[in-house]
Amino acid sequence: MNHHPTIKPSTDARTAAQSHFRTLRLGTPFQPRIDALGLKQDWYSWAGYRAPHSLWDEELEYFAIRSQAALFDISPMTKYRIEGPDAEAYLDRVTLRDVTKLKPGRVHYTAWCDDEGFVLDDGTLFRLSPTRFRLCSQERHLPWLLDSAFRYDVTVEEETEAVAGLALQGPTSFAILRDAGFAGVERLKVFDLAEFAHDGATVTISRTGFTGDLGYELFVPADKALSLWDRLMTAGELRGIRAIGYTALNRARLEAGLIVANADFTTSEHAIRTDHLRMPDEIGLGFMIDPDKGHFNGRRAILEARARKKLRHVLVGLEIEGNIPAEHAIVYYRKSQEVGLVSAAMWSPMAKRNIALASLQRPYGDTIVDDLWVEIYAMRELQYQKLMKKAKAVPRPFIKLDRRTANLPADF
Amino acid sequence: MTSSDLNWDAIVIGGGHNGLVAAATLAKSGRKVLLLEAGNEVGGAARTEEFAPGFRVSAVAHLLNRLHPDVVKTLELERHGLTIERGDFVPSVALSKDGPLTLHDAYGEVLTGASPAEQSAWKELRAQLLRYAGVLKPFLSRRPPDLGNMSLAEMTGLGQTALALKRLGKEDMRDFLRVLLMNVYDLLDEQLSDDRLKGLLAFDATLGSHLGPRSPTSLLGLYYRLAGEIGGLAGAQVQPKGGMGAVVAAIRAAAEKAGVSIRHASPVARVIVEKGRAVGVVTQTGETLRAKTVVSAVNPATTILDLVGPREVDTGFVRKVKNIRMKGDAAKLHLALDRPPQFTGVDAAGHKGRLVIAPSPDHVERAFNPSKYGEFSPEPVMEITLPSLVDPSLAPPGACVLSAVVQYAPYALKEGWTAGKPKFLKAIMGELEAYAPGIGATVRHAELLTPADIEARYRMPGGHWHHGELQADQMLMSRPVSGWSGYDTPLEGLFLAGAGSHPGGGISGAPGLNAARRIIAMRA
Repeated sequence: MNHHPTIKPSTDARTAAQSHFRTLRLGTPFQPRIDALGLKQDWYSWAGYRAPHSLWDEELEYFAIRSQAALFDISPMTKYRIEGPDAEAYLDRVTLRDVTKLKPGRVHYTAWCDDEGFVLDDGTLFRLSPTRFRLCSQERHLPWLLDSAFRYDVTVEEETEAVAGLALQGPTSFAILRDAGFAGVERLKVFDLAEFAHDGATVTISRTGFTGDLGYELFVPADKALSLWDRLMTAGELRGIRAIGYTALNRARLEAGLIVANADFTTSEHAIRTDHLRMPDEIGLGFMIDPDKGHFNGRRAILEARARKKLRHVLVGLEIEGNIPAEHAIVYYRKSQEVGLVSAAMWSPMAKRNIALASLQRPYGDTIVDDLWVEIYAMRELQYQKLMKKAKAVPRPFIKLDRRTANLPADF
Repeated sequence: MTSSDLNWDAIVIGGGHNGLVAAATLAKSGRKVLLLEAGNEVGGAARTEEFAPGFRVSAVAHLLNRLHPDVVKTLELERHGLTIERGDFVPSVALSKDGPLTLHDAYGEVLTGASPAEQSAWKELRAQLLRYAGVLKPFLSRRPPDLGNMSLAEMTGLGQTALALKRLGKEDMRDFLRVLLMNVYDLLDEQLSDDRLKGLLAFDATLGSHLGPRSPTSLLGLYYRLAGEIGGLAGAQVQPKGGMGAVVAAIRAAAEKAGVSIRHASPVARVIVEKGRAVGVVTQTGETLRAKTVVSAVNPATTILDLVGPREVDTGFVRKVKNIRMKGDAAKLHLALDRPPQFTGVDAAGHKGRLVIAPSPDHVERAFNPSKYGEFSPEPVMEITLPSLVDPSLAPPGACVLSAVVQYAPYALKEGWTAGKPKFLKAIMGELEAYAPGIGATVRHAELLTPADIEARYRMPGGHWHHGELQADQMLMSRPVSGWSGYDTPLEGLFLAGAGSHPGGGISGAPGLNAARRIIAMRA
């Protein structure tokens, strides 16, 4: 049982009308199950929801992803339902990648920009039917999406609260879904999605995830959330299914080389300092730009920045000597010239390397990739050990697991 | 060979006076230019039209007070039939129950009908207003400064403005900056005492905008008026012979002489965009016309939202364009009269001038108040001309044309203009009757154009003759929208050249000329 701080109710009518503040953070539809497992009481706010950093042991939670199956509540992720005859054209204008190439039943990772070509957010776009999509992202964008819909025959609705989401990731995830009775799930290739019956409703299962591992994401109406959780937990009991928190997931995603908005780059609506704005090319998303597709937001600015060589930053993967994580370390060129900052770092148990993501000022990390150093402050018995460690820019992902894309997935 | 086989250097959309000026200027630079006009006649809101059998009148704009000298010079308009002589200048008469007061020549070089003390106060204020307007004047014929990306020429231009400011002297410079964003009402109170004079100036400052004299920044409207000149004199005004259509005819002649092909009754359906570049237009009849440059001299919102479409531009830009305020608040009245009216106490010269009913600044403010809430002024203020007294050919022998701009007439009238129009006309006629007794009995035909009518007839969204409120937040680098004030647009090859662009409306030709100059400079 949990003991959340409570504030003594007031009889004052005005206070009563403002009772929302008593719920310090919203619960997701899975909260009863997660609260029951949250032995560490280590919560953080994810878009206003009470989400766990860790439930019982962050190391073991991480290894659940890599060796068993991990269940992670993604309900706080912002979700928009975009539907209508013009939905494809609309999304093609709003987002970077070519939506006309995204077939119904498929998912792609994309991003979207403002007029100046600065990234507003990245996220996943699910094409549920020829005219129905779901766009998932870190930040909220309803005003932007609605204003973008001017003169398109499309409806845009936020469905963050209405739709609960779970990520089931890890080598046994396929077997668990199969055992849970989702017949046909074996046919899902990576980035495929399909609908399955669940508890009198429909669950959308996609072979996607944020771990670089074999894994799935499941979206279900909020009132069917608990029965879905129970169905998976029951089916996965002998296959090592574990609920996990964000710390474990964050490690897995770093090994997979995936970036997080407002952790590895600042989204343009959040950036206060103009030198913190980022174009897709500056955070490794340049591959999404298709100058030959129709118009999309930011196109003019992005192509102009490319033509005039105005791209100032680059996001790179770093491999750092030693085994001390270089989290938020400053990156130097020739040990002296400051050229950037590490945004995420860890010693990777899978890669057996000390890895990091860093944002560097071009040409460092772009054409100059040697003689880079990171300055790590390692706290040892109340004293900083200042380490200057050699780093080298390496391609991402840091790990590549065949099981992620294998058809059909193995029965671990 | 049909014209669609030709590859035009430039297609100009819209044959209003700015479109004609842009087309003519581009053609004079050696470009092959096609101008597409939706109506059967060019001229837009500067046409002369028959509104009753034998009665013709300047459609919307009826006084020429700001045709830019660079336009006259560049297009050699004097060789094409436009002549303005000092004798053509007409006075402004402030009508009042206390007898009229008259500003003679160029905005009151001589003031009559006021006390000696007021005359001397006016002399000082007039000089000051013209001095300050003069500082802003160079901006009219230039692109607004591009703050992010200023060229050397633009820097020099701004430097010249700074120099002009400095030349004012320390006291004047401080005062210029003090009053710049002030309301006209308070400024007039500082310096004048005659309500008739103050009322006239308050009217001029707010003419054509959704502002009352007490609204902050309302003084800017007066500066805009006085930054204009005609015949080399700032603040002067003429009633063009033949109506405003005659001015357009001269510009049109210059355009044709320069080789512009003009097509009437050719409304454009859309601008063709290929890979972020405007490459031509499709007419409403389905004809495709391609060109290296497309110049839109129609409303900026119409251009972007309707002709280009929001899909070809970014969301943020669409937001800005949709937010341009352009709901007109002025109506136009045309009366066909059996005989010339007699305004009480006004002499013959005064009748040929501009007669203003705005007896005090408070009266103008009170006229403005209802318009904030979607109602017309029960006691409207107005500027009246009798064009047939200057050019008898505009009316049958012995008869007379009356043309008036009347405020305030909100575009979105709460009760709707179908119900409201007869009531508003009655209110206007009541005012006219008070200053020209007996006029009502001589009305053979009355045509009242509300902003809704002006919108429909002249394709001016909101019926706003500036194609966007001319207020501080929609001027200079914020006109038509911030970031895109230099006549170019986010689409390569598409330029804006209408009154919706800097510096704004009125028969000046400045937006058209500046846009054409911009296009020529880019290719040079």
